[in-house]
Amino acid sequence: MTIREPRSDQAAPLVELRGVGRSFGSGRAVTALAGIDLQLPAGDYVAITGPSGAGKSTALNILGLLDRPTTGEYLFDGTPTAALDDRRRSELRGSGIGFVFQSFHLLPTRTVRENVMLAFTYGRIPRHERATRARTALERVGLGHRLEAFPATLSGGERQRVAIARAVCTDPRLLLADEPTGNLDRANADAVLALFDDLHADGLTIVVITHDPEVAARARRRVVITDGRLRETPMSEIDR
Amino acid sequence: MTRTARFDLRDLVAEVLEGVGARPLRLFVSLLGTVVGIGALVLTVGLGQTAGGQLDAHFDSVAAEHAEITPQKKQGADGEERAAAVLPDDSVDRVRRLAGVLAAATLTALPTGGLRVSAVPVHDPSEPETTPPPVYASSGELVEAIGARLVAGRAFDEGHDARGDRVAILGADAATALGIRRLEAQPSVFLGDRSYTVIGILGKSATQAHLAAAVIIPTGAARRDFPAIPADLVALHLDRSAGELVSRQAPIALDPNEPDVFTVAAPSRPTALQNEVGDDLDIVFVAIGLITLLAGGLGIANVTTLSVSERTGEIGLRRALGATRRQIGAQFVTESVVVGALGGVVGVALAVLAIVAVSALRGWTPVLDLPLAFGCAALGAAVGLAAGAYPAAKAARTEPADALRVS
Repeated sequence: MTIREPRSDQAAPLVELRGVGRSFGSGRAVTALAGIDLQLPAGDYVAITGPSGAGKSTALNILGLLDRPTTGEYLFDGTPTAALDDRRRSELRGSGIGFVFQSFHLLPTRTVRENVMLAFTYGRIPRHERATRARTALERVGLGHRLEAFPATLSGGERQRVAIARAVCTDPRLLLADEPTGNLDRANADAVLALFDDLHADGLTIVVITHDPEVAARARRRVVITDGRLRETPMSEIDR
Repeated sequence: MTRTARFDLRDLVAEVLEGVGARPLRLFVSLLGTVVGIGALVLTVGLGQTAGGQLDAHFDSVAAEHAEITPQKKQGADGEERAAAVLPDDSVDRVRRLAGVLAAATLTALPTGGLRVSAVPVHDPSEPETTPPPVYASSGELVEAIGARLVAGRAFDEGHDARGDRVAILGADAATALGIRRLEAQPSVFLGDRSYTVIGILGKSATQAHLAAAVIIPTGAARRDFPAIPADLVALHLDRSAGELVSRQAPIALDPNEPDVFTVAAPSRPTALQNEVGDDLDIVFVAIGLITLLAGGLGIANVTTLSVSERTGEIGLRRALGATRRQIGAQFVTESVVVGALGGVVGVALAVLAIVAVSALRGWTPVLDLPLAFGCAALGAAVGLAAGAYPAAKAARTEPADALRVS
């Protein structure tokens, strides 16, 4: 099933999945994705929902170049990714894609600033720009005053904002968020979603995987994955 | 935006130091095996070298002040080695006059074939058969000439020698074997049926260690009681600066016509056996050090493997941030090398401190090859490399999606 971009942009899509399938194991393999098609133009904001085990995380891993599809083709910014070696995929991931995880993935022995700067280590950011850019990214998420704090001293919402700062500090073109509000209370979840709204308003392409209808409702488009198959859901259906 | 090469050496070093230093307790556990292994190796070799240095210094001192003159030997028709010349009876008088000779004494091994040597006059047929101690004849200045000291009594002198008095001094081991410990009662030692009054017990000799097991009688008594045989050697105690001069003049003094038949040399090194024992001990300690080092390597491998398992989430994160497999592998193997090198450096440092401490206590000069110390520190790094290779490869192989899911 192909989800078409509802807007009238004529530019090539930033993300394009063509019949992408992913199965695990040999012999009686388990099919996680059964040939999905998806196009995301630059600046899109999509929520992927679906029941547990439907293939949402597998789709996100493929979109993030963390996994390779078994069948089909994935084009990132017009570049076919199937033939890319580990180095090129890593380079593309480091410079073009940001990740936000449900469990934050902050290194506990490093300060907030150092956690953000870790992204620059692999992101081809000149050394002399790193501290300034980390500060700017943290100020943008409202944590300019906690630069030298350690993750253990932060609230869940603050930790997720640090993770968002780390994800966007390298100016990626695509932000992938896996249940970004799953560990947060409503107030902190709203703060995180407000940040996503801001980033989207700045033109960043965002894909959010979520079980939460309120999170899905903040996106411009919603798609549902069920049993490895993908379909677009009208906004009205989600809203109900 | 300006782009630069990603993840360069500075990034690697920064990440490795951060990774190694982030968990001090784990670092301590990882270091322990390597520290002990390298430390044991350096300590063993270092103490051996230090002790060897003292031995050499002592031997050099002995060699500078003592010498012995022996007739050269040549092979007879029957293949047996025989003396090519005979030391004259008045050898001591001849060399004693030379400048720089502080003491001189002849030493002759006496033929005792079957002679009973005992502290009691009556032969007890029921007593077990033992090998009798060797018997030597010597002139008056023996004790000084061989660099020994008496642990009890006195030495015989020229008067004993001239009169042919039946007196004897015993080597310390011989005295113990014969059951003679005190000299107040004027004990006797019986060579066959003849009684010799024991007047002294000889301590360790720097040059004639074998005399510890011997009975020594004056040359005068030996001439009367044993078949006449020439002296085996003349032992000399020299002024430290006179060695070269005496070595030239002594053979001429002994035989002006044929001086070349005598050899003047430093006494043979008495510690060969001790060195062999020392070598055996060194091998044992080096083996223990290597085994400990192996255990240390396994320790690093275990801790690194554990670290890879515990840091699976971090590996996934780094991969998500753009790290390649090679960069992940390089980081973990370098961490392991750094831990190994650190263990090596700490081990070498502790061993050097121990060597210095032991040397200070014993009054020795500490000796340790610098290349050996650096080599052992490098060996620690090599152990870290070997130990970290497998866990690092495992880390590099970790699929980022799996790593992020596990955490």
